[in-house]
Amino acid sequence: MLSYALRRLLSAIPTLFIIVTAAFFMMRLAPGGPFDQERTLEATVMANLNATFGLDKPLWQQYGIYLSNLFQGDMGPSFIYRDKRVHEILAEGLPISIQLGATALILALVLGAFLGSVAALRQNTKTDFSVIAVATFGITVPNFVVAPVLSLVFAVVLSWLPAQGWGQWNQMILPVIALALPQIAVVTRLIRGSMIEALRSDHVRTARAYGLPTYMVVGKHALRAAILPAISYLGPAAAALLTGSIVVEQVFNLPGIGRYFVIGALNRDYTLVMGTVVIVAVFVVVFNLIVDLLYAVLDPRVRYD
Amino acid sequence: MAKQIHSDRVLEIDNIRVTFDTPDGAVEAVRGVSMHVRRGETVAVVGESGSGKSQIMMSAMGLLASNGQATGAVRYRGEDILNLPVKKLNKIRGAKISMIFQEPMTSLDPLYTIQDQLCEPLMVHGGLSRSKARARVLELLKLVQIPDPERRMKSYPYEMSGGQRQRVMIAMALANDPDLLIADEPTTALDVTIQADILHLLAELQARLGMSILFITHDLGIVEAFADRVYVMRKGQLEEEGETQQIFQAPATDYTRMLLDAEPSGQKSAPAADAEVMLSGKDVVVTFGTPGGFLRKDTQFTAVKGIDVALHREQTIGIVGESGSGKSTLGRALLQLLPSEGRVVYLGQEISGLDRAHMRPYRDGLQMVFQDPYGSLSPRMTVSEIITEGLLVHEPGLSQRERAERAAQALEDVGLEPSMRNRFPHEFSGGQRQRIAIARAVVLRPKVIVLDEPTSALDRSVQKQVIELLRRLQKEHALSYLFISHDLAVVRALSDYVMVMRDGKVVEQGLTEQVFDNPSQQYTRDLMRAAFDLREILREKLA
Repeated sequence: MLSYALRRLLSAIPTLFIIVTAAFFMMRLAPGGPFDQERTLEATVMANLNATFGLDKPLWQQYGIYLSNLFQGDMGPSFIYRDKRVHEILAEGLPISIQLGATALILALVLGAFLGSVAALRQNTKTDFSVIAVATFGITVPNFVVAPVLSLVFAVVLSWLPAQGWGQWNQMILPVIALALPQIAVVTRLIRGSMIEALRSDHVRTARAYGLPTYMVVGKHALRAAILPAISYLGPAAAALLTGSIVVEQVFNLPGIGRYFVIGALNRDYTLVMGTVVIVAVFVVVFNLIVDLLYAVLDPRVRYD
Repeated sequence: MAKQIHSDRVLEIDNIRVTFDTPDGAVEAVRGVSMHVRRGETVAVVGESGSGKSQIMMSAMGLLASNGQATGAVRYRGEDILNLPVKKLNKIRGAKISMIFQEPMTSLDPLYTIQDQLCEPLMVHGGLSRSKARARVLELLKLVQIPDPERRMKSYPYEMSGGQRQRVMIAMALANDPDLLIADEPTTALDVTIQADILHLLAELQARLGMSILFITHDLGIVEAFADRVYVMRKGQLEEEGETQQIFQAPATDYTRMLLDAEPSGQKSAPAADAEVMLSGKDVVVTFGTPGGFLRKDTQFTAVKGIDVALHREQTIGIVGESGSGKSTLGRALLQLLPSEGRVVYLGQEISGLDRAHMRPYRDGLQMVFQDPYGSLSPRMTVSEIITEGLLVHEPGLSQRERAERAAQALEDVGLEPSMRNRFPHEFSGGQRQRIAIARAVVLRPKVIVLDEPTSALDRSVQKQVIELLRRLQKEHALSYLFISHDLAVVRALSDYVMVMRDGKVVEQGLTEQVFDNPSQQYTRDLMRAAFDLREILREKLA
């Protein structure tokens, strides 16, 4: 398994290289530049700025400089936040985004597994139908509706929880719920489907035939098989949580990295956009590897060698 | 260690009825059946698939599907356990009454070790600590004669063969010293030699531990060798009951007589010596897996190790061997359905190594029928669509009407009504589906058909009809068959030449009578004995 993990990490290098290259050149194909404003700058000022940031060099040379800097852990200067390097900006926001996303992910998995199992055990009853109804609701209603409504109800009207900010535990509750809701819904539906199948399988019948109590039959034998499809979904879910936090971060005014996607892209802040792309790409690659390794831990039949 | 049968009844089933609620209305699977098992007795319940024999046991154990309902009574030592609440039932199942299932491949949880799974009923029922349960598990694995039990405890089910898994199931069944063991077709999925071992093990353990066994099977050979008393079931009702000897020597009903007569019979004479060679393979080798490389283990495995075969016109070559011997792989390799090495020639033309497009013109002459009549027909196509699909590829010039005529002809050929053509596969029984699969092959007017266990999933009586059908088609269309089967009785009835395979090699081959009557290899002799002299083996080993 160790050699498999090593091989996967090695194969991630060309993947990341391709992503960085494609993103770099696509960004430059987009019209406009970081210093284009409503009022055009004087040509000499513009030339000065371009020279300072190295934008006057040929494109391939800029690409080479970017790559060599990136290799040394430097993501270059930001064009908007002029006093900071991109990796410094991202380093401030990343822990918050990760904390938010990870909490939402765990919540989605635990609650989704629970609700999905309950629905499967009570298949085609009122309980099942109401769980499915709630799950469908969670998938269809977008975040930019859920987040403001949560904020309005629990923060403004009821004043139970703070409406914004970061630093105290209770400031995390509303954003995590808003972020996790669609993921809870997806995991619930996945688990319900696989649980129904697992409950009908021969080895669960064996567990019943041997008089094991229901909590063992369901919790130990059926759930472990039923949770595997949900584990495969964790990879894409993690990416969705990281990139999908833009709205939630805006609504609850959180200093995560989500907003830099938008700010960077709108202002043609080349290095900031590149920085976020690299971070997300690394996350997706690493998370997919973690998911695959986790899969092997849960299912001994899966062998990577 | 002679076994003792007492007069007191361990289990009494009284007028049980099982009904399933289906979208097409209520279906009565069991219609008022009564039976009993005495202490120390072995009782067999026989009947064809769909006779309701398994459903009786499922309802007794509280394992009916959620749309099933049972009425009547199931008394364990006088106490009615039918429809008992789960908590109360759990005190009995797995402790006093335990069960072995047909599917050793799927009946164990693939995600836990053998030790984990065997410990569970011991800890739940016996209240044993984990370490004591482990010690008992080791004892049990030794009891069921699993080689290297200390290491095997930590194995996962997928790391064991079917026979070993069934031994583990038996160990689990015996864990809490049950009064009654219900065995539902426990050896049907196993090779004959392993079947003999498992049955012997069960008989020996019964003599030693004194439990009763309720044995559900469709195989009368096992019943005769193994059971004291027999219940014969048909369509949810009891047809006949009695002592084993009496049932076998003087069956009271036509149905039982029909079951007893359903052993495949007849033989085939060899084709003329100068008959044309239709399909031949020289030094066929099939290798699976990938060779080792950078940070990668070598997973190569050779399934077929250099086999020569020549199939003549109107010949049937039977390929026999245990599971994993490479017989199916050989069949597929000859039809170029698997990448292989060696030279394969069809009607004088080398076809080995051809790609899909170049292979296509030969495909209509080389057809295949698979084992599983449930899985090998698309559930979303009508019978007529299934049968004519091949014509669309191989004879694109045919008009729709001509295709319909050919399909009707093929259906008639296999003994089905052409008016059935617009139905879907699920509306047919297993035997009928196998006929559809054969019709799909013969509609293309093939020269060679590879039959991969075409009768293994069928009841004996249905099997007999399919054998007759295959014989008739061979004569009418001058077909050559490559008949792959682990069922020696069927092979003897159908083929004129036999190849015995083991571990990817041919250990013995020759004319059918010669191999069956005078096997030269010990391996072949063991196979024959396990298949035809089960009773002898059991008696000898228990004496």
